[in-house]
Amino acid sequence: MKKIISASEAIALGVKLCNPKVVSIYPITPQTMIPERIADFVYDGEFDAELVNVESEHSALSVCLGAQATGVRTFIATASQGLELMHEILFVVSGMRLPVVMAIANRALSAPISIWNDHQDSISARDSGWMQFYVETPQEALDTVIMAYKIAEDHKILTPAMVCLDGYTLSHVYEPVDIPSQKQVDSFLPKYTPKYKLDPKKPLTMGPIAPPNIYMEIKKEQHAAMNSALPLIKKANSDFKKIIGRKYGDGLIEGYKTKDADFAIIAMGTICGTIRTVVDEFRKKGKSVGLIKLKTFRPFPEERLKKELDNLKGVAVIDRDISVGQEGAVFTEVKSIADIPVHSFIAGLGGRDVRPKHIRTIFKKIEWAKKTKKEWLL
Amino acid sequence: MIQGLPEEELFTAGNNACAGCGPATVLRHAIRAAGKNTIVVGATGCMEVVSTLYPFTSWKVPYIHGAFENSAAIASGIDSALKQLNKRDKVNILVIAGDGATFDIGLQAISGAIERQHRFCYICYDNGAYMNTGIQRSGATPPYAATTTSPAGKKIHGKQEQKKNMPLIVAAHGSYVYVATASLAHIHDFINKVKKGLAHKGPSYIQVFAPCPTGWNYPTNMTVEMARLAYQAKITPIYEIENGKLKFTMKPDKTIPVKKYLSPQRRFKHLNDKEIKDIQKIINESYKKLENLEKCNNIF
Repeated sequence: MKKIISASEAIALGVKLCNPKVVSIYPITPQTMIPERIADFVYDGEFDAELVNVESEHSALSVCLGAQATGVRTFIATASQGLELMHEILFVVSGMRLPVVMAIANRALSAPISIWNDHQDSISARDSGWMQFYVETPQEALDTVIMAYKIAEDHKILTPAMVCLDGYTLSHVYEPVDIPSQKQVDSFLPKYTPKYKLDPKKPLTMGPIAPPNIYMEIKKEQHAAMNSALPLIKKANSDFKKIIGRKYGDGLIEGYKTKDADFAIIAMGTICGTIRTVVDEFRKKGKSVGLIKLKTFRPFPEERLKKELDNLKGVAVIDRDISVGQEGAVFTEVKSIADIPVHSFIAGLGGRDVRPKHIRTIFKKIEWAKKTKKEWLL
Repeated sequence: MIQGLPEEELFTAGNNACAGCGPATVLRHAIRAAGKNTIVVGATGCMEVVSTLYPFTSWKVPYIHGAFENSAAIASGIDSALKQLNKRDKVNILVIAGDGATFDIGLQAISGAIERQHRFCYICYDNGAYMNTGIQRSGATPPYAATTTSPAGKKIHGKQEQKKNMPLIVAAHGSYVYVATASLAHIHDFINKVKKGLAHKGPSYIQVFAPCPTGWNYPTNMTVEMARLAYQAKITPIYEIENGKLKFTMKPDKTIPVKKYLSPQRRFKHLNDKEIKDIQKIINESYKKLENLEKCNNIF
C-alpha cells in the first residue's frame, strides 16, 4: 500500500510492523514526530505496546535496557542533546548485548544551540558499540528499521542498532512510501526470541563487574560480533528484496554510476540525493563521476569500500561532522584504506544547505587533486 | 534464623562485603522476604561490586546492574515488559541502591518512575556516604560527619549541611506511593515493610538505616548495636506513610542522648560540645516535626 507520509511517520509505521512490546518516549526536536505517531497507534488501539513517557533520555534508554533484558523487543528514538544525555547507557546496552533499535533524527550539538541537521550527534556515538545505518528517503527509513531488528537480534550478533535519518531534511519530508503488509514483515522478521533474559525460573546475573583478567576478552567478543554482522547485513538486504521487493545497494554501500567512474564522492544520508543529480549533470557532459553512498557506518565495511575505491583515480568525502582538532570522521576511515588521493570536505554543519553548486565545486576539485587535502565548504 | 522466613539464602555467602557490613545483612533479609520470584535491580555501589565479581555471583535470583543513577528507570522497563508478558502479578521487582545512588545521582530517575506509578519496591540502604568510592560526602551524610570530601579539618569540621529528607520527598509525589523507614536493628519491622512494599500495586520506597564499619570507623562487631543506638537516640525514626498518612511503627522505650551514638564512631571524633548540642537540637526538632505530621490526617 502506498501512502504519502513523512520519514518520521514511515519510521513509526515500520516500528508498528515490527511489533516491539515497550517503546520509551522523550520529546526532542526533530525526532518527536516519531513517538507521536507511535502514541497515536497505541491510543487508537491499532498497536499493543507499553509506552513509557519518561523524564529524560537517560531514563528512556534505561527503560529499554530493563525491558529488553526482561525478554521483549523495544524501540526508542532521539536526537542531538538527547543522544548525548544517554551516551553513558549506550555503552551499557551494547556491552550487555541487548539488541535495542533506535531511530535518530540527526541534529547538530550545542553550543551554539542548533535544532538543524548534521551528523555530529550519531558520529559522536560512533564508538559506543551500536551499529549505525544512515538512510536517504522515507522509504529507506521504514525498510531499514525492519532490517535493523533482523540484524541486531541475530543470536550471533546481539548488538543494538541506530537508524540515522537527517533531521528535517528527511524526518519532515513527505514522499510516497510503499508500506509492506504485516504478512510480508512477519515472514522477513521472526518473533523476538531472547538468548538470555531475566527470568526467576532460570536466574542469571546481568551487568556484573569484570576484573582486568576478563574485561578485554568480553570487549573482543563484542567487537567480533559487530564485525560478523557485515555479511548478515548483506543477507538481510537481499532477503528483504526477495520478500518485500526492495534493496539498498548491498546493504553496506550503494554505488551510483561508479562502475566506470574515475572520480566519486562518498557521503551519508539525504545529501546523496543532491549528489546524484549533479552526477547525472556531469555524465551528460561526458565526465566519469559517481557517488558512493555509505549506508552502514558501523560496522565499517572496510573491504567492500576498498574494492570500490580500487577502480577510482580520486575520491572526495563529505563529512557532516567534525572531530574538532583533527578532521571529519568518515574521512578518517576512508583515508586509512585508500591508495588514491582523498579530498575531505566538512559541509552542512548545523543545517547549512549543501546545494548542487557545492557538489559541482567538489567534483571539479577532485579532478585536479593530486594528494589528500582537507577543506571546509562554507 | 528469622521467624517466618524461608531458610534458603538467595543472596549467598562468599561475597566480598567487609566484615560487619550493615547493607549486606539488610540485603540478605530483603531478598529472603521477597522470595524466588523476584528480579533484583542493583545500582552501582558497594552491594553491586561485592556481589557480582565476574565470573561469580551471590544472587540466586535474576539480577541486573546497569549504571549508578538509572535503577528506577531499569525497573520501569522491567515492569513494562512484565505487563506485556502477562507476568506482572507473578514477579516482584526489588531495587537495591545506596544513598548516593538514591539521594543524589538517581533522584530524577526515581521521581520519574514513581510519578509514572510503576510497580516496584525500591530499597535504599542508607549508610550516609559514598562508601564504594572511599567514603565521600553524600546528600545523606549527617551534619558534622567527617568524610574524605568533607574532612574534619582545622577550620571546617566535617559536613556543614543537614541530611536530605528523602522519605518525605518521595512521599510528596502523591498518596499512591508507599514509603517506609526501617533499621537494621529491627529486622522484623524491615521485613514486614518489604513484604508490604512488594504487595503494594504501585511504587514503594523503603529507606533502611544500615551502618558501615568501614566508613564510620567503629568496631566491626558493633553494626547492629550502632543501628540500635541510632534508634534510641531518635536519629532513625521508624515510620511508614501509607495513603498519604504518616504513622510511627515503632518508638524507643528509652531514649539516649545523641552523644552515646556519636562517640564510638571516628567520623564524629572531632566534635566539640557546641557541635554535639547542634546535632541534638536538629534531631529533636526533626523528630518533633514527624510527630506533628503523625497527628495530621493526611499529609499527602
